[in-house]
Amino acid sequence: MPETITLEVQRYRPEDEAEPVFERFDVPFRADWMVLDALNYIKDNLDGTLSYRWACRMGVCGSCGMMVNGQPLLTCATYLERLLPGPIRVEPLKGFPVIRDLVGDITDFLEKLSRVKPWIVREEEKPLAEGEYLQTPEQLADYEQYSMCINCMLCYAACPIYELEPDFIGPAAIAIAQRYNLDSRDEGVQERLDVLSQHDGIWACTFVGECSVVCPKNVDPAGAIQRYKVAATADWFKSVLTPWANR
Amino acid sequence: MDTVAHDILLIGGGGAGLRAAIAVAEANPQLKVAVVSKVYPMRSHTVSAEGGAAAVVKPEDSLEAHAYDTISGGDWLVDQDAVEAFVREAPEELLRLERWGCPWSRQPDGRIAVRPFGGMKIQRTWFAADKTGFHMLHALFQTTLKYPPIVRHDEWFVTRLLVDEGRCTGAVAVELATGKIFAILAKAVILCTGGGGKVFPFTTNANIKTGDGMALAYRAGVPLKDMEFIQYHPTGLPFTGILITEATRAEGGWLLNKDGYRYLQDYDLGEPQPEPVLRSMELGPRDRLSQAFVKEVAKGRTIETEYGHVVHLDIRHLGEKIISTKLPFVRELCLKYQKLDPVEEMIPVRPVIHYMMGGVHTDIRGETPLPGLYAAGEVACVSINGANRLGSNSLTELLVFGARAGAAAAEYAASQADPPASTLNQALDEEQRLQNRFLEKTGGVERISTLRTEMQEAMEDGAGIYRDEAGLSAAAEKIQELQARFQDVALDDHSLTFNTELIACLELANMLDVAESLIHSALARKESRGAHQRTDYPERDDDGYLSHSQAYWTENGSPRIEYLPVTITQWPPGERVYG
Repeated sequence: MPETITLEVQRYRPEDEAEPVFERFDVPFRADWMVLDALNYIKDNLDGTLSYRWACRMGVCGSCGMMVNGQPLLTCATYLERLLPGPIRVEPLKGFPVIRDLVGDITDFLEKLSRVKPWIVREEEKPLAEGEYLQTPEQLADYEQYSMCINCMLCYAACPIYELEPDFIGPAAIAIAQRYNLDSRDEGVQERLDVLSQHDGIWACTFVGECSVVCPKNVDPAGAIQRYKVAATADWFKSVLTPWANR
Repeated sequence: MDTVAHDILLIGGGGAGLRAAIAVAEANPQLKVAVVSKVYPMRSHTVSAEGGAAAVVKPEDSLEAHAYDTISGGDWLVDQDAVEAFVREAPEELLRLERWGCPWSRQPDGRIAVRPFGGMKIQRTWFAADKTGFHMLHALFQTTLKYPPIVRHDEWFVTRLLVDEGRCTGAVAVELATGKIFAILAKAVILCTGGGGKVFPFTTNANIKTGDGMALAYRAGVPLKDMEFIQYHPTGLPFTGILITEATRAEGGWLLNKDGYRYLQDYDLGEPQPEPVLRSMELGPRDRLSQAFVKEVAKGRTIETEYGHVVHLDIRHLGEKIISTKLPFVRELCLKYQKLDPVEEMIPVRPVIHYMMGGVHTDIRGETPLPGLYAAGEVACVSINGANRLGSNSLTELLVFGARAGAAAAEYAASQADPPASTLNQALDEEQRLQNRFLEKTGGVERISTLRTEMQEAMEDGAGIYRDEAGLSAAAEKIQELQARFQDVALDDHSLTFNTELIACLELANMLDVAESLIHSALARKESRGAHQRTDYPERDDDGYLSHSQAYWTENGSPRIEYLPVTITQWPPGERVYG
């Protein structure tokens, strides 16, 4: 095992630099350390100005996604050991405007998330006094996988469509829409379909599938998009063949 | 200086803050609500909660039984009127989450499933596999998106509460992305900023848990209550401090010492049985389990590792199917962060700082002694947790009291005039202070990380699982020294763009204030109760200390400690019996 490992970290300080630059830091190598631990070492001991986001350090808050050697990864869940001998190149997630250093601007995602109505839609709600909506474990399993999204944005960073067409609503937002569509308590499928069948919705996706490869929670957004396309096509056929069926 | 105005300002966007925001929007859609959070709300630490949320649901259970478990679990330092409200409103709050899409785990017939939990006599812990907090937070966050009156200021850091004419009238915050300083005017403010586990070195808490709301209230003259009561969770992974949920033991996991012996049987926690027994052994309360660990260390029956002493949590006998369906996150965490598979191997664990029972003093409506200021969730101390919180009560607490604080604040705000113009003068003073003390300050010799590490070590040495006068006094002196050295802190970063060093510095100031209140409250309580164990005063002393400590900020660096009586309605103080 080496004693140290080198990180090449992208810096961008808009007040000082017109373009991002790389800075090299040597940090102690420890078998238990993740890439995030190395960044924290830098911030605490070498350069307090390095900026990045992190919170839980257990892979569930979704804050610390970055490009590590070109791959979108959660830095709190990526051992330095996996990246020996280095140097390790750390950049902000691809596809998002860089605010500073390793911090990207994800407000675009938040806006898109709202657009897919990520909440339970019902015409009428059963009074609380009548207890829960029954939902069998099988019905729960129908959407459970899509409910695991931590909004870490790795799938957007991996998506070649999002890079080229920033209006594309994107993998996580579609997976979350599908999470509600498949929930037996929800009645909002049509409202979401109206959003997602627009040109920047599901049809923009050419099914590259990178989103599902990089997802740290196995949400499989690509699968969600594929199922959605099938449903949307069926919906379209229905509207053409049975226009009297007043939708 | 830029100014924004809302009717109600929520500081913190975790479970309590989002629940409160929805409560306001539902109580009075005319009110403008703003959620200010230093992180995007779905990053808040509620996301890390695993095991579940307690509420009576089984026919053989009762509100009285939930109340009794909570009160005895808290070693009677609990306001019983608050607990009665809590257990009464708990089931409907969890059902409301069901309406909002929380994927509660189910029984085969589709009804809500419940699991056992530590210190609870009957199964009443609702769960979403072992990611309950994650699912609750995302369900709440996504549900807030459907309410137009709720606006957000994401990644804004609040530096001071504004108090004018005897009421709270807003706050000052820094927008991280631009460094702009805002005066946020409001008719009512609700603190929902969580606890401050990061004052200790080894914690399950996220890096963002720096006691910000506690410090804001403390400096505004609001007392911090029962700050000496800190919960060590008995099962954290060594090195990372990652929580291994109590649900592992509820499903049947065993705690074993180095000889493979279920050592809890030696500490008045019952006899070992092959199947889990409620309120017994591994399902005893967290304070007692963490204390038993320290005694095992003293007997030389633990395992030494490079990250300190550990014992083993063994869930292998549950089998892969149960582990993968009921505890999938535990398995994922062990595989990713401990490089072991709990299906095949025992999990090394040790007690880890997890939760603050104390916090900003509130009544049962969430109102603090400062008119217009409310608090809910871990930042608050409404006194349902007393000297030791039971697992799965905190997720329910943030819903019940988030909703209560939201409703109370909505009612109050509707009757209030806009904040007086003079409020802005205070905001300007704060802007000046931030610029002079930090952004434009040059020189300084003390590094943030050094001060932080020294604080954390002092807290662990002085205010850990067992405490005494000498250790606490040494910690008090050390914190005072660090407060003085903080005046000479050095910042490398003077940028206005996403200056995380400035935030770390302000967080350190908050943590030092929280540490100060904690240590002095612990020094003043000369008894042992729940999670506060004094080796020099080993007995519980109901005559002297069946009362809540209240720490008030003073100029001289050590708080004034006063006491408030505990509210007792129908459960007189008794022995805590487990096993």
